[in-house]
Amino acid sequence: MSPDTLLPPAIVLSSLLPGLLIFFLKEKSHRLRTALNLGGAVVKLTLVVWMIKGVYDGHEFEYRWALAPGLELVLSADALSVLFVALSSVLWLVTTVYAIGYLEDSPNRSRFFGFFSICVSATVGIALSGNLLTFVLFYEILTLATYPLVAHRGTPDAAQGAKVYLAYTMSGGAVLLIGAIGLQSLVGPVEFTQGGILGDSAEALRPALIILFFVLLAGLGVKAALVPLHGWLPQAMVAPAPVSALLHAVAVVKAGAFGLIRVVYDVYGVDFAHANGLLFALGILASITIVYGSVKALTQDSLKKRLAYSTVSQVSYIALGASIFGPIATIGGVVHLVHQGVMKITLFFCAGNYAETLGIHKVSEMDGVGRRMPLTSLAFTVGALGMIGVPPVAGFVSKWYLGLGAADSGANWVLIVLVASSLLNAAYFLPILFRAWFRAEPGAWPKEHARRGRLETAGALLWPPVITAVLALTAGLFAAAPFSPLEWAALIAEREYGR
Amino acid sequence: MIDSLALAIVAPLLGAVVVTLFPRHAQRLGVAAAVVSAAAALAITAVVWTDGVLRSELGGWGVPLAITLQADGLSAALLGMASLVALSVSVYAGGYFSSPQDGERLADDSRSRHFWPLWLLLWSALNGLFLAGDLFNLYVTLELLGLSAAALGALTGSREAVEANLRYLLVGLLGSLFYLLGVALIYTAYGVLDIGLLAEVIAPGPVAATAMALMFGGLLLKAALFPMHFWLPPAHANAPAPVSAVLSALVVKAAFYLVLRLWLDLYGPITPLGAANLLGLLGAAAVLWGSWRALRAERLKLLAAYSTVAQMGYLFIGFPLIAATAAGPARDNLIAAIVLLALTHGFAKAGFFLAAGMVQKTAGHDRIDNLGGAAQGLPAAAFTIGLAGVALIGLPPSGTFIAKWILLEQSLILGLWWWVLVMMIGTLLAVGYVFRVLSRAFNREPTPYRFVNDARAEIPALLLGALSALVLGLAAQPLWTLLGQGVIG
Amino acid sequence: MISTQLFYGGGGILLLLLGLWSFLVHAPLLRKLIALNVMGAGVFHILVATAYRGLDTPPDPVPHALVLTGIVVAVSATALALAFGQRLDRDDDR
Repeated sequence: MSPDTLLPPAIVLSSLLPGLLIFFLKEKSHRLRTALNLGGAVVKLTLVVWMIKGVYDGHEFEYRWALAPGLELVLSADALSVLFVALSSVLWLVTTVYAIGYLEDSPNRSRFFGFFSICVSATVGIALSGNLLTFVLFYEILTLATYPLVAHRGTPDAAQGAKVYLAYTMSGGAVLLIGAIGLQSLVGPVEFTQGGILGDSAEALRPALIILFFVLLAGLGVKAALVPLHGWLPQAMVAPAPVSALLHAVAVVKAGAFGLIRVVYDVYGVDFAHANGLLFALGILASITIVYGSVKALTQDSLKKRLAYSTVSQVSYIALGASIFGPIATIGGVVHLVHQGVMKITLFFCAGNYAETLGIHKVSEMDGVGRRMPLTSLAFTVGALGMIGVPPVAGFVSKWYLGLGAADSGANWVLIVLVASSLLNAAYFLPILFRAWFRAEPGAWPKEHARRGRLETAGALLWPPVITAVLALTAGLFAAAPFSPLEWAALIAEREYGR
Repeated sequence: MIDSLALAIVAPLLGAVVVTLFPRHAQRLGVAAAVVSAAAALAITAVVWTDGVLRSELGGWGVPLAITLQADGLSAALLGMASLVALSVSVYAGGYFSSPQDGERLADDSRSRHFWPLWLLLWSALNGLFLAGDLFNLYVTLELLGLSAAALGALTGSREAVEANLRYLLVGLLGSLFYLLGVALIYTAYGVLDIGLLAEVIAPGPVAATAMALMFGGLLLKAALFPMHFWLPPAHANAPAPVSAVLSALVVKAAFYLVLRLWLDLYGPITPLGAANLLGLLGAAAVLWGSWRALRAERLKLLAAYSTVAQMGYLFIGFPLIAATAAGPARDNLIAAIVLLALTHGFAKAGFFLAAGMVQKTAGHDRIDNLGGAAQGLPAAAFTIGLAGVALIGLPPSGTFIAKWILLEQSLILGLWWWVLVMMIGTLLAVGYVFRVLSRAFNREPTPYRFVNDARAEIPALLLGALSALVLGLAAQPLWTLLGQGVIG
Repeated sequence: MISTQLFYGGGGILLLLLGLWSFLVHAPLLRKLIALNVMGAGVFHILVATAYRGLDTPPDPVPHALVLTGIVVAVSATALALAFGQRLDRDDDR
């Protein structure tokens, strides 16, 4: 086998194998565990860079493994998968550093990091899936690997959150499985193909295909937190901060959104989906979710819950982009996959820092925190402004393309949704920023931990959000540079519309 | 030179004799016999895989008087699974019985002495059953299996265990008598007992139908198909862990193997669709009822036992699908899928029970709601339960996932959506009962984290779990090659 | 003679049904055990009857072999069941 064939499985294994080894480590083997974690992350990133270059040069990366007659595991790389893989690999490295700092001296770290690595391997597997079977396979493994992370703390709250999470995602998984098998029973193995796989068979099977689209939508909608399937997300907030960061920015919700993009573009094909009103239905659902999430976020005093509802809202921009017929909106949706990830992970890192350093869990406790933790608050500000859509942060670019695409395709109602949502975003983020920067510090913080060193908090906690905030700014400022997420998304849209 | 098929039966049998003669060394001799027996059986699987169907007639009498042994792909597949499970159980039992809790040394010692002869005898009967080529030898091995299983199940000597296994024994005898009566009918009508010869002469009609009803009735009783499952949960839940593993993973599977073999070789082609649908219906009821009871069970081993009732149900849902599918690749895939399901469940349930035994030993009980510290303190056992749970639910990448995918796809192609509904409800209920256990492994009890605490007991269980949840799912393709030897294709 | 065969066969079926009825309606395990043995005797009768091949020909040895094996199995099973029953009785006495 050539290196090109083996690269996709190697990228999956680069985090899976260290993860499996970590389970066997003693709790005390801190160094070895860190070495395995970071080693895996760096190796993965290196392989991903190699893959990006290869895909750009037109290499075919495809690995096939027969599971049974007619059932194949296919890992392959196209422009879309590379985008998601790159996002996960970069953010995984950052999150690993953060998690090492965050969980210092807490129990069961070998268990935690083992599942953490499996979680990222599953996400990468989802990104590289070349057919629906492989996608379902990794999608379910992701559910399995995230459950222990949500339940990790072992408190009654954590147990409850994990239970709700499991109930939602497993039911969603079952529905997705039915959809996938149903599709395969109609048209044979479903290989992701640019422009869709239906071809001439589409007309004869139209009613069944339309029903199956909604079955798949329901299955994927759970992880993508489409209203009314979003109930698990605020509950899963009990997880440790790095897990929330990963769940919200990279792994779980993104897996759902990514799946929606795959189903719309590479299974049904955007023409069929448009002609049969499927895009419109998806657009309505996404719009409802966007507005609903933002409204709910307004009333949350718990910082993590406010961020959670914000995620519900923001992830649906991706679905919204996919639902508008035309390449410009597609660019906006696809690029938001990356932009939302980078911005949201920043916000969660910061929320974790406030909680770890000062014991702040609520918005109402954040008065004057900007002076006490300037770098963290600066990063938070960048993330929040990006979410609102203030230039030059990355979020602005996404919203710009979404709006432009909507106007271009005549879907003017989408513009109303975008404006309303941006106003709501501002309404729930700006008060936080105001409190942090312009209110006076309280006499004492809820639960301040002793300072370690000169910095406002431990270095492993401080630098990750700073780095991701810089990334969010860079992605916005240099959106037109080659290899920027925007350019890559444009490449994807161009190939999907193929004209 | 001794026949290789006979060796798989004789090796554990000789082992049983030897451990009876030297009870002081039962432990070591038993494990040694297990290694030899497993090697003999696995060799058969390997030879069938490469060279095709094996057949031998013992005693040189020729059909019909000789004892015919035969190994095709189906026999070889189950033989291979059984030997891996049996070997793991043997290694585990070596540790399980030799580390008694306080004050129980004497009792454990006698248990260990009784365990090994009975266990090796059971193994011999099991191998005999997989290899028997005629209906009467099947009866003999079936009886031997039932007797040794009941004796093993009552090993703890507790009242519940003895009572449950007495019931199991009687039910088993009833089942065997039905089976024997069916055999008598067949012999009266056709004058042969060899399955291969029978297949050529059997014709549809009242005799064949009655014989099938009698034989299947008896076998389903032994396979614990709903509503004939009532004896299973108490019998399996009250046995010592290694015995529960064998009972749930292998002994009920043997009865299922016989049903499948008779269906494929004799009755399937001459039976109306209605009979297959009835089997499927009972299977569906088993899936729903067993899963529901597992969800409500208070004890870990009872949960596992009810899960066995449910998992046996899935196997029988395969029959109406096979019957409704025309011969060809689709039907072959279905047959392979239910064999894969049976193999995966064998590994998974054995691993589950062995791990449950570790947890029970550490906690001193197996009430699920109070397992907290014990479950978190034994990462390898909890992990095994997790892996086995993945296979029981049917999540990827377990063998069950592949098998269910094939069954579901074919159900949809045939338009039989109700089987899909049953399987999906069963799957979600399984999520419920498996995670009820796993959630206990996450709590705030202080845990000195060591992945493996008792290698001899935990590693075999972990390997079984990994086989079911990873290997059989990602490398199921060879099963098609194996079954290609005389079963499909 | 054909009537002898019928006598054995019919008697066997009768025993079988009696045993089955008794097994199903009686709760005590000892009675169930006896019922099973009666059923067994019925099945063996039926098998013996099938071995008959006319007055001039020796009977078919195969069913005989089956019956002999069946008896051995039945005896061992009964012994084991009795041992279990005894165990339960002893527990009750205590």
